[in-house]
Amino acid sequence: MESKFIVACVSAIRNVFTTMLKTEVTFGKPHIKQAGAPSNGVSGIIGFTGAVRGSIIVCFPLDVASTLMHRFAGAELPPDHPDFADAIGELVNMVAGGTKTQINQSDVAIGCPSVIIGKEHQVFQRKDEAVAVVPCTCSAGVFTVEVALKPQISSLAAPKDTTAKVA
Amino acid sequence: MKILLIDDSRTMRNIQKNALGELGHSDITEACDGQDALSKIGAALPDLILLDWNMPVMDGMTFLKNFRATNKTTPVIMVTTEAEKTRVVEAIKAGVNNYVVKPFTTEQLKERINQTMQKCKAA
Repeated sequence: MESKFIVACVSAIRNVFTTMLKTEVTFGKPHIKQAGAPSNGVSGIIGFTGAVRGSIIVCFPLDVASTLMHRFAGAELPPDHPDFADAIGELVNMVAGGTKTQINQSDVAIGCPSVIIGKEHQVFQRKDEAVAVVPCTCSAGVFTVEVALKPQISSLAAPKDTTAKVA
Repeated sequence: MKILLIDDSRTMRNIQKNALGELGHSDITEACDGQDALSKIGAALPDLILLDWNMPVMDGMTFLKNFRATNKTTPVIMVTTEAEKTRVVEAIKAGVNNYVVKPFTTEQLKERINQTMQKCKAA
């Protein structure tokens, strides 16, 4: 895992939470996710394709998510509300979009967000990719961000030699 | 003023509707993607369009190209997470009048709406 991806994601989280939720976020020391570690009550997942591949997952306990979505949407949005998942998805979309901008690499695309709600659910990423878990704390409580991004192999190749060659 | 709000997220449409409400606008039509928007425009052209980029079915750029093929004047503000310079330039070349990057504050959105409408009135 390249640290620049974690830095980009942390920067995006900070910007989204400050701008849309009016709350500061403090970040703990990132660690590698252990296989089989269950996630919290709601996970917002978004995939990256192109020059950078993988996913970002933002995992909230339900009570923290409810408080944050109330602030985000400007109305009560409990987990059983039909717009709850939509709001989580949009928040994660902003985090992924901000991460993509911070990475500042052409040919990176993000997909549509998916949202999973359920206690002790597990999200499995590819086994050949390390997943960095970043603990986050805001005024609504504690949540985590899982960053599993890596450059696509072809984008690691050396830049093409554009100098003129004389036969 | 008739405003068309195009975004696949109902939450985001509500956030934008609240900002528009604070500006005194209540004649707002919502569409969940580009195709839905084209079908809702019909004969009643909006005075302003707020447009998301990444949407299922028909994305914002495809909508914009279709819309600009017949309408050159209705102002369109792109409201999106796509913040790279190349994307902004691409949108402006396709006919976007102004650009708001998500996340945004209500004040930023209101400022861009006012700015866009004033420029269009002056033109």
